Order: sequence, then C-alpha cells, then structure tokens
Amino acid sequence: MIHFQNVTKRYGEKIVLKNLNLEIRKGEFVVLIGPSGCGKTTTLKMINRLIEPDSGRIFINGEDASKQNAVELRRKIGYVIQQIGLFPNMTVEQNIAIVPKLLKYPKEEWQSIVRSLLKLVDMPYEDYAHKYPSELSGGQQQRIGVLRALAVSPPIVLMDEPFGALDPITRDSLQEEVRRIQKKLKKTIVFVTHDMGEALRMADTIVFMNEGRIVQKAAPEEMLRNPADSIISTFMGRHITSGRQSVPLYAEDFMRTKVLKVPKTSKTLECIELMSRRDVNSLIVIEDDETYFGTVTIEEIKQHGKAGRNISELVSNETITIGRKEDARTALDRLLESAANYLIVLNDDLTVAGIVTRTSTAKALGEALWGEMPA
Amino acid sequence: MSELFVAIFQHLLIVTVAIGISSIIGIILGILSYWVRPLGTFLIWFAEMLQTIPSLALLALLMIIFGLGNITMIAGLVLYALLPIVRNTYTGLSSVPSHLREASKGMGMSRLQRLFQVEIPISIPMIFSGVKIALVNSLSIAVMGVLIGADGLGYIIYRGIQQQNFARILTGAVPVVLMAILFDYVMTKIERFLSIKC
Ligand SMILES: Nc1ncnc2c1ncn2[C@@H]1O[C@H](COP(=O)(O)OP(=O)(O)OP(=O)(O)O)[C@@H](O)[C@H]1O
Ligand SMILES: [Mg+2]
Repeated sequence: MIHFQNVTKRYGEKIVLKNLNLEIRKGEFVVLIGPSGCGKTTTLKMINRLIEPDSGRIFINGEDASKQNAVELRRKIGYVIQQIGLFPNMTVEQNIAIVPKLLKYPKEEWQSIVRSLLKLVDMPYEDYAHKYPSELSGGQQQRIGVLRALAVSPPIVLMDEPFGALDPITRDSLQEEVRRIQKKLKKTIVFVTHDMGEALRMADTIVFMNEGRIVQKAAPEEMLRNPADSIISTFMGRHITSGRQSVPLYAEDFMRTKVLKVPKTSKTLECIELMSRRDVNSLIVIEDDETYFGTVTIEEIKQHGKAGRNISELVSNETITIGRKEDARTALDRLLESAANYLIVLNDDLTVAGIVTRTSTAKALGEALWGEMPA
Repeated sequence: MSELFVAIFQHLLIVTVAIGISSIIGIILGILSYWVRPLGTFLIWFAEMLQTIPSLALLALLMIIFGLGNITMIAGLVLYALLPIVRNTYTGLSSVPSHLREASKGMGMSRLQRLFQVEIPISIPMIFSGVKIALVNSLSIAVMGVLIGADGLGYIIYRGIQQQNFARILTGAVPVVLMAILFDYVMTKIERFLSIKC
C-alpha cells in the first residue's frame, strides 16, 4: 500500500532520513516510534507530500507519489495532527465536511457523512454539529479531528502524535475508539508516537526509528520479547521501571485464568468437539482431584486417538509448568524457550491456576504499566 | 445649516471612497506580502516611507499629477491608508497558527482555498482593525482637502480661520472629531465581535 524506497532527506548538512526502506501493507496499523528528532514526522509527512524526499521514491498503491498532483493526493489521505488543527472559524459540521466539499460531494451526501461519523463516536448530531471547536473539550476536539480525517473514507490515514496533548483517561478512550474504527473500516493507519505503551496497544507493527534509520520493525509482542537494540530495551525499560518500580511481578501477574480444563477420563471425541467449538488446539487435562495431569493437542488426538478411548492415553507432560509465585523474569525466560507457546501456572496445591501466553504477557505488561487494556 | 450637512456628506464620501479603494489595494498587497516574504518586506518599507512624507507635501506632489480637486485628496488618503491596512493584513495572515496552516495544507486545500477558507477568516479581526485605524486617521487628514480644492469640512474650518470666526471653526471641527470618535467606537465593537467568533 505504502512503499518507501531508499528515501533520504537532508536539512543542510544534517541527514534526517538515511536510505529508508519501509513497506506498509493494506489495512495495517503501523506505529512509528523513537526518540525525539529521529525522523518520525518527516517520514509521515512524506506520505502526503508535505515534505519531499531528496532522493528515493515513495509509492502509494504502486504509484509514484511524486508523479501525482500533491493537492489531489492529500485529499485521498486522512491527516490528524497533535495540535488537532480544527478551524476555529468553522463549526464541527463544517470542519468535518471540508474534504467532502473540496471533492464536490453534493450537500445531502456530506451531511449524511457528518451524521454517521458523529454517531460513530457517540456525539449526537443535534448537540454537536453546530458548535464551534472552542466550545468542545480537548478530547472532543480531537475526536472531531479524527472524524474529519475519515470524512471521505480515505484508505490511508496519517496520525502524528494525535493524543499527545490529551490527559491519560481521554487518551485511553480515544486509543480504543481509533483502534475500533480502524478494525471496522479497515484503514491503513500510520501513527506516530513516542509513547511505547500507546505503540504496544495500538500497533499491528511497530517501526522503531533512531537517527533517521529503522532499527526494528516488528509486531508488538515480538518487539517486547526480542528488542533488536539496546535503545529499544531502554525505551521499553523506562516504561517498565517507571510504571512498577517497587512492586515485584510474578508469573500469576501474566497469566490468563480462563482456560479449558478437562478431566483425564474424558473421551477423545468429547475433547475434539470441545476444541473445535472453542477454537483452541490444546486442552489442559486434570486429575480427578483437579491437580494438573498434562496437556493434549488436537494433532495428537487426530494422529493417535481412537474413538471412545480415554484422553489420558494421549496426554503429554512436556508442557512447562511453573508456580504462580515464580518471579516474572523466570516465567518469561521459560516461555521464550518453550516449544508450546505457553506455560501452565500451578497453584501451591498443584491445581491449575492459568496459563501464560505471549498475548497474555503483552496484555499484562500493558495493564501493569498503563492500566486497563482493551480486550 | 444645509451647508454643514453637505460638507459632512462630502467629507464622508471622500473618506469612504478612499478607504474602500485603499482596503482593496491594501488587502491584496498584504496577501502578496504574505505569500512572497521579500516583497512584503519591501512593500511595508515603502508604505512606511509614504507615511513619513508630510501630508501637505504629499498632497502637493499629487496635485501635480491629478490637478486640483477631490481626486487628489482621495489619492492622498489612499496612500496614507495603505500602511495600516497592508501591515495588518500581513501581520494577521502571518500569525495564523502554523498547525492550522499545516492542517489545511495536509487536507488538500489549494493555496487559494487555504487563503479564503482559513487564513483570511482567521485574520479578519486584525485586517478590520487596520481598516479602522486608516479610516479614523483619514477623517482628520481629509480636512486638508481645502488646500487642494477638495470638498469637505476643511472648507468650513478654513473659512472660519480667515474670518477669525471661532464659532465657524468649531462648526467644522466638532463634526470631524465626533465622527472619528463614533467610527472608532462602533468599529472597535465590531472588531471585538469578530475576534470572539474566531
Ligand atoms: N524544516 C526543518 N529544517 C531543519 N531541520 C529540520 C526541519 N524539520 C525537521 N528538522 C530536523 O529533522 C530531524 C527530524 O525531525 P522530525 O520532525 O521528523 O522528528 P520526530 O521524530 O518527529 O521528532 P519528535 O518526536 O520531536 O516530533 C530533527 O532533528 C529536526 O530538528
Ligand atoms: Mg514529530
């Protein structure tokens, strides 16, 4: 969808972007993050040609951006900035309708767009459409800023630290809304932030930049697990220590407690049926006294299972288990070396407390540091 | 009495025509100055220089071109009024917050669309204030019209001086002062209203 090819940008002597290559897929939520001055905004503004590269090319939908008319290109790309940038001389409705009007949409059409967009963020048309931006709170203003960028349903939306100036609670709910809208409308979003929490929460892919280069491009969990450079660990580490300095973390803090358990006397068919109904590919098997017995995977049942037999014959006890009060560090290390993608967390009486997965880890980390995460 | 009203009317007419012309030219020059910074620096320097020429000298110079009469007075007032209008237009446009300029550009507005939909509406209070200053100044400068054969209240004041008729001088001067105060008051109100809206 968006493709940077050997893009370089200089200001005088200073090289701001060095031979940047970046591929952004359709429908992907990409977050650019990195220290101040690393070139995030510059990268973003090259997509809508507010900044032109000195060398290299940028393709949008396979077309060279520099060969397109800049004004027309920009109308097809949503743009949200940190300072919100609602025009004070226009009402909420007029602000949202700017691009539709530039594109000469008929009046009925842009009016219905304004209505449906306001509905999307629970701001009733009757109450808000005719207000001026100065009559709204900061959070409401940025909601309108986001809607304005979505008005002609552009396939690409650029956001430069859109929630940077908002208080934490408003920021949380806007993050959630944007994520929801993105999922629903399937937009390609390029989002700049220097808040790692925000990046972990929102991104499909995080692009970490430093001094005009991409240091790492990875999914959030992957970046948490495998930071490519010490600067990334520092970036995340700073969040981790500042969020939870004096409270030690245990395995139980990272686990998911809703897990599927079956007694070892269950029949193979029952198990298969349960797995397919709940869309999982392994089950935890427990003893009659509810203590942990082992795990069974769908492959195992399919390969060796015979109808009507007890599941206990197929159970493996290779999955790593860990006590719920083990320290988090050990738990994470074990998780990373585990072949099974998860660990079983046991209570003191050896019953199953939950499991630790990569997703539950990322979620718990986020929660520990920045409060409640969206499910 | 009817002589007074005619004079007031002529005075106002000369001033409004001059300010009308000057606003059009001044706002256009202000916009050009904003678009092309070096031109702006030059234009504002030029307009400031015009202001330093004593009004009598300026009118005398214009008289060489336009001869005696109202046209010369209007031309003089237009030149005098340029500075506040150009300067305020330029300052107003330049002080549009850069994030609004960026937002409008990033959304795909052309240069003219940005000007008419965002930059001018936001600068209106500032531009209007320039017009107000120009108009109030022009009301008193227009009194000089009598020296170059233009109509207006200057004529009544001049005759009063010649006849050493104090009452007659006041008859001409008081309306000038009153009009200046009135315009200033009303236009300041409008200016406030405009800036609240923005
Ligand atoms: N117009 C300009 N002239 C000169 N240098 C510039 C200009 N714009 C940006 N720079 C420099 O380019 C570098 C990258 O800027 P950019 O705005 O992309 O950083 P950023 O990653 O967005 O930083 P931040 O997190 O502070 O917003 C910075 O060092 C900045 O000082
Ligand atoms: Mg930036």
